[in-house]
Amino acid sequence: MKSAEEAVGCTGLEYAFGGTRAVDGLDLSVGAGEVFGLLGPNGAGKTTAIRAMTTLLPVPSGMVRVFGQDVARQKMAVRRLLGYVPQALSADAGLTGRENVALFARVFDVSRRERAARVAAALEAVGLGDAADRLAGTYSGGMVRRLELAQALVSAPRLLVLDEPTIGLDPIARTSVWERIGEIRAATGMTVLVTTHYMDEADQYCDRVALMHRGRIRGLGTPEQLKAEVDAERRAAASASGESEPAPPTLEDVFRHFSGDGMAGAPDDQTERFRDVRRTRRTASRVG
Amino acid sequence: MSAVPAVPPPVSAEVDGLRLLLTPPAARTGWRIVPARVVAMCVVELQKLRHDRTELYTRAIQPALWLLIFGETFTRLRAIPTGNIPYLDYMAPGIIAQSAMFIAIFYGIQIIWERDSGVLTKLLVTPTPRAALVMGKAFASGVKAVIQAVVVIIIAALLGVALTWNPLRLLGVAVAVVLGSAFFSCLSVTIAGIVLTRDRLMGIGQAITMPLFFASNALYPVALMPGWLKAISTVNPLSYQVDALRGLLLGTSDHLATDFGVLVLAAALAIAAASSLLGRLAR
Repeated sequence: MKSAEEAVGCTGLEYAFGGTRAVDGLDLSVGAGEVFGLLGPNGAGKTTAIRAMTTLLPVPSGMVRVFGQDVARQKMAVRRLLGYVPQALSADAGLTGRENVALFARVFDVSRRERAARVAAALEAVGLGDAADRLAGTYSGGMVRRLELAQALVSAPRLLVLDEPTIGLDPIARTSVWERIGEIRAATGMTVLVTTHYMDEADQYCDRVALMHRGRIRGLGTPEQLKAEVDAERRAAASASGESEPAPPTLEDVFRHFSGDGMAGAPDDQTERFRDVRRTRRTASRVG
Repeated sequence: MSAVPAVPPPVSAEVDGLRLLLTPPAARTGWRIVPARVVAMCVVELQKLRHDRTELYTRAIQPALWLLIFGETFTRLRAIPTGNIPYLDYMAPGIIAQSAMFIAIFYGIQIIWERDSGVLTKLLVTPTPRAALVMGKAFASGVKAVIQAVVVIIIAALLGVALTWNPLRLLGVAVAVVLGSAFFSCLSVTIAGIVLTRDRLMGIGQAITMPLFFASNALYPVALMPGWLKAISTVNPLSYQVDALRGLLLGTSDHLATDFGVLVLAAALAIAAASSLLGRLAR
């Protein structure tokens, strides 16, 4: 991917909360225009990595770049390139959908002349044109997520960062959120960096994925490449031991292969922080 | 490694509108950023109030009770020497300041709630310097306090308090209320940035509101206080806010310049403290 322009680059990114190394030597390169999935169980360090890339954590300079700009030194310039949807539902329930998007138009300096049209376009793009003047508090979980997409889109970001965008959503809402992401990427060519622990979603919608476990990348490539790699190894092992041919692996099998212990295998050390779990559950309950 | 798909999938008609969203807006620079962000935050507060006015009504109850019960009673008692001004008139500006302070001191709870819900996190990833965000929030809380002050002034006028109706003086009242609210809400955000949880902030807020109130000239003249309380009152920004409000509404004070100087300085310091600690809330 080095040939194309690099949207996000991490070199030896480390971040520790107290004694816990949430991110431990992360190297990552996301190409411009990709839909890139950062995969891993709770506590793998995905959210911490995202927070480092979005200027929310104090990281030393040289570790993270967004379109060539150092996150530690060029905070304001980096923020102008970003559209960020955090894991928790972040729309303001006391405002209408339109007002929620208009706030972000204002803080990204959209001129008054353009504001109404841009806000309307962003709401249309996520299919909330009809619901725009209802209070966000009356929206369903899937609608709130799409509203947040509109908030992120109104400033025409070059990099859209989505932290667990489908957590707690029902399958239909999940599909609709992903379809919107796909349409937006196709129309704007923006880079999408998404974290998820739903392997099926990553398999279906991401151009490339990185499998993250205990603060590091354990596997990297297109879902097909990773599955083919594991499939080949399994076939070789099966023919050597004379067993029957194994079924083609899913991305979850791939993850188990690379991480050594799999999705449920995060041990009871401090990798999963209480606050993260609480936030996840709160998000899930607000969505449901 | 692999490449991104060469041919993008077909685009639906709905997404055609996205063309408008292809160009990033021209960035404001320099000094223009802060006022723009302050306006954005104030607009949001006013929009929220338009959708749900409950807060305005509930906020009016406490000051109304202070004026109606405490004020009416102590006016009859004549226990507190306030010169030739009726006691109710004397305390009305104090109640404006006190009621705004009581609300502002818990502003940090809203910030912690916004942190937990993701609203704050998302704002921190916009091109908004921390200080501009804190200032925006501080003045937004000031806007609410001004609306509350209007309610108190109306109640006081109905009770026969002889307040000024000079528009310039009333504008000065609004400025004093906004500055006082900005100071106390940023003090609250500062404490929030230190203690990080709602419960602890609640406790600290409860613990400091009454001392701030009683160690001020809101209810009685500083001249009546023992020396140590006078000393506290001298460093309490609430005293200067009350003095400014009293001077403007009743025409009693001749140290308006000092009052506003102290209020501006206090607000500036609190904004600086709150912005330096805001990042802690996002981690």
